Amino acid sequence: MKSIREQVAKWARTASPWIIHFNSGSCNGCDIETVASLTPKFDVERFGVMQHGTPRHADVLVVSGAVSRQQQARLKRIYDQMAAPKFVVAVGACAAGGGVLQGCYGVLGGADKVIPVDLYVPGCPPRPEALIDGIVKLLGSIKGVGNAK
Amino acid sequence: MPKISVPLGPQHPALKEPGNFTLLLEGEEIVDAVLRLGYNPRGIEKAAESRNFIQAMYLIERVCGICSHAHATCYVTNVENIAGLEIPKRAQAIRVAVGELERIHSHLLWLGVAAHEIGFDTLFMYSWRDREHVMDALETLSGNRVHYSMNAIGGVRRDIAPEDEKNILQKLDLLEERTNYYIKLATAEPTLHARTKGVGLLPKEEAVKRDACGPLARASGVARDVRRDDPYLLYRQLDFKVITSDACDVFGRLYVRVFEILESIKILRQVLGHLPEGPIAVKAPPKIPAGEWVTRYEAPRGEDIHYVKADGGPNPARVKVRAPTLANFESVDYMLKGDQLADAPLIIAAIDPCFSCTDRATIVRGGGNSSIEMLKDLRLRAIEYYKKKGIDFGKIG
Repeated sequence: MKSIREQVAKWARTASPWIIHFNSGSCNGCDIETVASLTPKFDVERFGVMQHGTPRHADVLVVSGAVSRQQQARLKRIYDQMAAPKFVVAVGACAAGGGVLQGCYGVLGGADKVIPVDLYVPGCPPRPEALIDGIVKLLGSIKGVGNAK
Repeated sequence: MPKISVPLGPQHPALKEPGNFTLLLEGEEIVDAVLRLGYNPRGIEKAAESRNFIQAMYLIERVCGICSHAHATCYVTNVENIAGLEIPKRAQAIRVAVGELERIHSHLLWLGVAAHEIGFDTLFMYSWRDREHVMDALETLSGNRVHYSMNAIGGVRRDIAPEDEKNILQKLDLLEERTNYYIKLATAEPTLHARTKGVGLLPKEEAVKRDACGPLARASGVARDVRRDDPYLLYRQLDFKVITSDACDVFGRLYVRVFEILESIKILRQVLGHLPEGPIAVKAPPKIPAGEWVTRYEAPRGEDIHYVKADGGPNPARVKVRAPTLANFESVDYMLKGDQLADAPLIIAAIDPCFSCTDRATIVRGGGNSSIEMLKDLRLRAIEYYKKKGIDFGKIG
């Protein structure tokens, strides 16, 4: 039996996952689809998702694009600034493994080369429906994991 | 008063993409601004050299997710000209249709982002809701919402069915109504005026001197539009106006973009419903002969220039992309000077910057040293280079 405190924390965590969006070297395609899913037609705000500007307020880091060598250290730094428990969603084929830009001299590779990734949403770019599906699956796994620290 | 320097970016809530601005402040006023690019270079130009001509087309499309049709069309026009292909009229019309839909979607996207920067989130949500009609139309035409991949060497990949034309024309009626609402809003809403009028001034002489292009130049009264100045595809036969404004500020840029949506709708009405009969593509030769070509294209953000060199091999020998944002960045430091810190995100957003288009100027030298080259230095170096050849460009601008 979990304590009341843990139950409240879990409820709060799954009812309002705030996201921060980080462009690690994307072509903007995934970024505009991420923003499109926040706007009225797709509206992920009904799951309590809100976009926030600072990593300290965010629970979920949304990474789009292949990680460029310039952005590598900054991505790590932003991840480190987030408060635990934190989750990382890699949006698009590039963030998942470099995609079409694999092997370019300025590109390190997927986001998982720098930080641990919890969820991959594939596509070039993924449709907002795919993003919503990913968010629902992530929330489901948080609920199932239980007392995430 | 002591001056303080404030870094803005590369990760900043107001910037959707990585870029860095160092602002020197005196109180709330910006006295100097230094731009540092180079967080997003991926090496696409080099990568294109290791792909064949068709693969490179899909790669070049991924230079930018917002104006992907502009980049792909610009590249494919180069390849077609090198190969000596003349593409059918129907394919040209389909390219124009997708290009104009892309312009509408990009301008509505900008309207939303600019509204978000001035703290008018209702307008942000409204314009992105209306943008979905355009995305639906693009999806009907190409099968994808972003990265349409409509082009093929020698024409286009998909035809437009008559019922789709009708469907899209209906959506355009709705969009026109909404755009007229935005025009009413922009002229009547006092908060919008208070936040945009007199902000980020760029006088006409400065815009010319700094080679501004696209809506930024047109908002400073410089009537520059490749579609009219150097017509490509079907634009010679189409009737449209080049929208300009003499406001020279962020309000002018808003005015130009909103009215350009109406012009794009006008162009689409002339193209859809009157598509020329015929094939949608000609057969491309298996081998592209040696040659080189430069194409200009009016992307939503301004003039996009591509250069392709072929040496007769299976891959392009060189691909060069000059994205419109690179030309417009020259004006940003001028516009920031003398404005308030709170207006900085809006001024930067007003040029509709696209860092992923722009960032490809990191020079990696042997030995692992890399450096970022500023445009000013490159220009001075070019002037020196041509001086040795007996041509003096130093007197210009």
